Amino acid sequence: MKREEIRVLLMRVGGTNCDKETQRAFLELGAQADVFHINQIMRDKEKFLEYDALVFPGGFSYGDYVRAGAIWAKWIIAKLGREIKRFIAEEKPIIGICNGFQVLVEMGVLPAFNGISEHPEAALATNFPPGYNCRWVYIRHENHGNCVFTRRIAKNMVLRIPVAHSEGRFTFPKERENVCLERLIENDQLVFRYCHSDGKPAENVYPANPNGSFYDIAGICNREGTVLGLMPHPERAFYWWQQPDWTKRKFLPQYGDGKLILEGMLRYLEQKF
Amino acid sequence: MMFKARVEVTLKKGHIDPEGETTARLLKELGYDVKSVNVSKVFNIILKADSNEEAEAQVEEMCRRLLANPTKDNYIYSVEEVE
Repeated sequence: MKREEIRVLLMRVGGTNCDKETQRAFLELGAQADVFHINQIMRDKEKFLEYDALVFPGGFSYGDYVRAGAIWAKWIIAKLGREIKRFIAEEKPIIGICNGFQVLVEMGVLPAFNGISEHPEAALATNFPPGYNCRWVYIRHENHGNCVFTRRIAKNMVLRIPVAHSEGRFTFPKERENVCLERLIENDQLVFRYCHSDGKPAENVYPANPNGSFYDIAGICNREGTVLGLMPHPERAFYWWQQPDWTKRKFLPQYGDGKLILEGMLRYLEQKF
Repeated sequence: MMFKARVEVTLKKGHIDPEGETTARLLKELGYDVKSVNVSKVFNIILKADSNEEAEAQVEEMCRRLLANPTKDNYIYSVEEVE
């Protein structure tokens, strides 16, 4: 598949944001990218399956009512569950950014240890320390090649990307926390961990770990590596001028670290299909 | 038949409650001898069902499908018939 043939679908509902920024990033990378409200998608489900990649953008879908991401997730499973399952079975990539990550976890699509789960196997709970956190963070790439989005990112590479959320504390059931972590690592589903600028783990210390996430987890993928969820916003770290210190630095590359993740998805599609 | 359900979703033991801790801290600063605060969420639901058992079954399903995340939440509910 050629880059210009790739069609990315960005889904939108009340409360989503950064869909336009993400669309711009994919257009800049030479792919096609459409933003559609979920109601438009529901009118033609077959058209939905013609897309090659799916993006659940950031934001506060449906006001984060009940739990962040819960309402959109259950709605999708009820109304578009068959199509989503087919999308995943065909190994087409899906990325969930921030609220999108919360949606994928609530859908049971992540971590999906034994395939898509009926009930969530993890949660993105209220931040600790409490409150909305909007800051640039460092994340270390932990994946060994399973995640199709990050195959071209070196292991242990440190990326600088911003977070902006109130509910991003990645949590497993307390009684199975360590077992779940072992499975995550064993299946090569761990993708990003919060760290310091030198790559040392944040070790649950704020602000390097901005939300109290278990094991400093910032992003995970499914067993097949085709579904990625992460709290940091790659589309907000796409261009050089989005970086907070661009006026202080003499030489900046044209793009920020977020490009690596979004382009990784396109490179996978170019090779796979 | 109409039923009124009251569902309370609480955090499971062992999970930290940042909202509760923050609230407790402020209540202490306001001079109250508060030991701890646990925050829970309450949903009052009016629903239609043919019997109390069916209403309870529906509410149980609502909890599992949407209102609680079993990773971190417990839930309790009561159901009563209303006019």
